[in-house]
Amino acid sequence: MAENLTTSLEFATATDPGMVRSHNEDSIATEAEIGMAVLADGMGGYNAGEVASGIAVAMLTAEMKQALQSHEPHRLAASGGEPMAAVLVRENSGKANAAIYQTAQSQPQYAGMGTTLVVALFFDNQVTVGHIGDSRLYRLRKQELSQVTRDHSLLQEQIDSGMLTKEQARYSQNKNLVTRAVGIDPNVETEVHTYDVEKGDLYLLCSDGLSDMVTDEDIQETLDAMRGNLPLAAQQLVQLANDCGGRDNISVILVKVLDDFAAPRGWLAKLTAWFR
Amino acid sequence: MAKLIMSLDNALIREVPLDKERITIGRKSHNDIQIDNLAVSGEHALIVTILNDSFLEDLGSTNGTLVNGNPIKKHILQSNDVVEIGKYKLKYLNEAGAGQATVQDFEKTMVLRAPLSKISGAATADNFGDTQINPVGGTTTTQSRPQPTVVEVTRPAVGKLAAIQILTGTSAGKELELTKNLTTLGKPGVQIAVITRRPHGYFLTHVEGVNYPVLNGKQLDAQAQQLNDHDVIELAGVKMEFFLKVT
Repeated sequence: MAENLTTSLEFATATDPGMVRSHNEDSIATEAEIGMAVLADGMGGYNAGEVASGIAVAMLTAEMKQALQSHEPHRLAASGGEPMAAVLVRENSGKANAAIYQTAQSQPQYAGMGTTLVVALFFDNQVTVGHIGDSRLYRLRKQELSQVTRDHSLLQEQIDSGMLTKEQARYSQNKNLVTRAVGIDPNVETEVHTYDVEKGDLYLLCSDGLSDMVTDEDIQETLDAMRGNLPLAAQQLVQLANDCGGRDNISVILVKVLDDFAAPRGWLAKLTAWFR
Repeated sequence: MAKLIMSLDNALIREVPLDKERITIGRKSHNDIQIDNLAVSGEHALIVTILNDSFLEDLGSTNGTLVNGNPIKKHILQSNDVVEIGKYKLKYLNEAGAGQATVQDFEKTMVLRAPLSKISGAATADNFGDTQINPVGGTTTTQSRPQPTVVEVTRPAVGKLAAIQILTGTSAGKELELTKNLTTLGKPGVQIAVITRRPHGYFLTHVEGVNYPVLNGKQLDAQAQQLNDHDVIELAGVKMEFFLKVT
């Protein structure tokens, strides 16, 4: 485990039920020690959404902490050649899916519950991003904001197939229809990718309560202006979503890359890392 | 369900529910909505409905199709849009069903079972528990299907336009209109504050820097402070005045 992970990354979070809903069914967590951020937006009747998103976040956090005690995230897996981080994200998202699915099957009040999921694991100047559903990860690099994850939603499929332009999608009544979710099927496919990370990057994980209410332009302006004060930036995003109507729960996690966090390689580097 | 209210010269002709995935409009008799008028092409336009969205497409008609007075090629219909074909007006309505959708149903994320390709064909939705949505000609299953009115992302409604005038320093006299939701003031690395535009006014918030902004001679704390007409802000050694613009 790279000891400089904790000093190289800065985290800030904010979550809010919004202006309309009485409950907050979003769940969020950050684990600075292992460089992880996870966000889930629950769905289901009554309070089942809260349960589903809570299970997803708790499981992912616990399982990843455990796994990273004995696995190095940057090591390439024997099969497939992807980093262990990606393997672990996929595996543990699967475990969360099974846990939610089984709970839903065994307790009638939770039948049909599910959640979206977006998880970012930072290691070795890279980030592995896993997601299911329409909760998103954005990256602000050199003042340019890009949406890193592609929504698993009807709207996105329509845009991809040319049926709808992004502009038209803003006016669609079919928002919030996800094509993939955690916990509603015995198996789920997590979309996992690994990206290079640069010093100065700012990452935003958010539920659709933010991205549906606030334009990308406003997100970019806010992050760019307030990158020097991460907790304030997180609060400002929530406030902006509420000012625009706040029709859903709003959650944001911000991760700023302050410095290099390469994994220690070679026996001397590892030894030095032990003593840091 | 969405519908079209067809009228001619303000006389109501009929109501057409958009209950099919494809509804054709034209002069020829095979069209779902037949309009027997020379200004209307044989195959004039098409409305494709996917769940809650309806798309209007002009099929290369001679005289074109208008929506709210503007000619369109392809348009995603919004409730209360008025479509004009020939002299006929078709008003598109997509309202929440009475008592069916509550405000809480807005923006609720739901799982779509049938992938896009299935919806466009004659799909039979798979039958998995509660989160089923049956889009083709069917009614909703166990979860109530919300039909919200137009849910647009809007910027917060702004009362008045405001601006900042620099009073001291090299940029003295310059005016900066606060047109965006967020305007950054100050110098990176020294002191940064932002003015945010909210529905109920403009607010000054300290972002970073050892010193906090000074407002009308008093140093602020970490809390956002509402700005009033003619407030004087001092930050990074520069004085500026906030004022509301009378348009």
